[in-house]
Amino acid sequence: MIEIRFHGRGGQGTVVASKILADTIAKEGNYVQAYPEFGVERRGAPVYAFIRIDDKPIYDKSKIYKPDHVVVVDPSLIEAIDVTEGLKEGGCIIINSEKKPEDLKFSNKFKVITVNATEISVKHKLGTLAAPIVNTAIVGAVVKILNLAKIGSLLEAVREGVPTKPEDNAAAAREAYESSENINK
Amino acid sequence: MKKVIMGNHALSYGAKLGRAQVIAAYPITPQTQVVELLSEMCADKSLDAMFIKVESEHSAMAACLGASLAGARTFTATSAQGLALMHELLHWASGGRLPVVMGNINRAMAPGWSIWSDQNDSLSQRDTGWMQFYCSSNQEVLDTVIQAFKVSEKLLIPSMVILDAFTLSHTYEVVDIPDQKKVDEYLPPFNPSIKLTPEEPHAFGGLTSPEHYFELRYKLQKEMEKAPALIEKTGKEYEKMFGRYLGLVEKHRCDDADLILITSGAMGSTARIAVDELRKEGIKAGNLRIKVFRPFPFEIIRNAVKGAKKIAVVDRNISYGHHGMFFEEVKSALYGYSDGLPVFGFITGLGGRDITPSTFKEITQYTLERDKPKEEIIWIGVKL
Repeated sequence: MIEIRFHGRGGQGTVVASKILADTIAKEGNYVQAYPEFGVERRGAPVYAFIRIDDKPIYDKSKIYKPDHVVVVDPSLIEAIDVTEGLKEGGCIIINSEKKPEDLKFSNKFKVITVNATEISVKHKLGTLAAPIVNTAIVGAVVKILNLAKIGSLLEAVREGVPTKPEDNAAAAREAYESSENINK
Repeated sequence: MKKVIMGNHALSYGAKLGRAQVIAAYPITPQTQVVELLSEMCADKSLDAMFIKVESEHSAMAACLGASLAGARTFTATSAQGLALMHELLHWASGGRLPVVMGNINRAMAPGWSIWSDQNDSLSQRDTGWMQFYCSSNQEVLDTVIQAFKVSEKLLIPSMVILDAFTLSHTYEVVDIPDQKKVDEYLPPFNPSIKLTPEEPHAFGGLTSPEHYFELRYKLQKEMEKAPALIEKTGKEYEKMFGRYLGLVEKHRCDDADLILITSGAMGSTARIAVDELRKEGIKAGNLRIKVFRPFPFEIIRNAVKGAKKIAVVDRNISYGHHGMFFEEVKSALYGYSDGLPVFGFITGLGGRDITPSTFKEITQYTLERDKPKEEIIWIGVKL
């Protein structure tokens, strides 16, 4: 079982990102459980989404406290909250950032991988310059980095899962997927 | 077809596949998506049903009762305060022998204002004459709605299909959505022998003298007593057609267990994980998840605990001044049948406090360390 926690801000599509990732996983016949943090959503406030992935049915309905990996959709969050809380040693921090991993001050217990999802999203005209919608690019990177599914499943899930611009979102997911490294290689 | 859907949409798909003909509902967190999707299905005609917008849950149930009297298959959904507002009409549904099926998302009663899960909303309605099915996965929610129509319409008793707020209602899981043709084969159209039509007017629910009322209640109970066998029979038919059995309880490693945890709802799924981990530690634990609370499955529970040395009932609810409600019912089922088997009653997870595999391990440890329960209620996780 793999457990992942997403960090974003209300209005950035973090919950949609976790749902698209869940759809991607299910398309390959695996089991998945995805849920948002259970609260009252507000634009701009930190939000969380969680996902469990397994090749067997998932019976555990409790919350995820010790994720294997975390995904940070909004880099400004690392100033506001501890995104590594409960993160298992050796786990990945996949973060939307233009910086190099070594320039982000995380403990060396974790593997830090940066993805410039904002740049990719702006290039594909997703959202606005001030508020780009980076969720599909982030999911593309996560699928490749953690080796979770094939690109075909990802693109199908993106096209079906976004409210608008299916082709632009799929292109952003593809670019992020292709430009990311698979850590298991 | 497999699809990743939230528990609320599992209710909507269940109602759609069951070909509900009239849906009347009022939105309330955490139920809203159930009727949101159903209203979309009605709007785009993928579901041929009348969607009645109402100004309260009381009216929602009233509209369902009228539609059911006219012979329509009827569905609604609600939660917590909404269910409480329906209370009077819940009696009208069962007393009028109207097989309405309703989804209820278990949400804690206010105050303090809460949108999170516990079972006090639905269990407060236990004596209204509705059948109650507590589900532990989104798949089970969808399947149970279809089965509930079948059982309810056969017995003319309404059903409540119940799922935990957020833990199921807003959680996405992989759900196999059955083929409509096969569901039609399983669930024939609702065609009651007596119904209200303009051609043949009747009066229902009129003044009933002491000469007759008693027998109406006797008959309601007698029909309710047929439900356990009918649920098992229709559950087996469902398994034959769709590969998933829908029974009164779900047993996990109970056969040789020394300690049986008795659970319900979503936590009844999490308990399986704890049981598997306890087994690895050499503790012979089992999990008996009670799915059907009304009618209460006395016999299957008596048989399931035979051979066990201790029972721990885990409640996500409380009857103030008494106990957890599953605990009360389990003790009443075992009285005179279990030869002094110690039954421990635990309360945890009120108002959405998380119930984890560790919760069950703590419960197990408490139970193993004592011969008999020392307290009427054993509270797990209270922070004072």
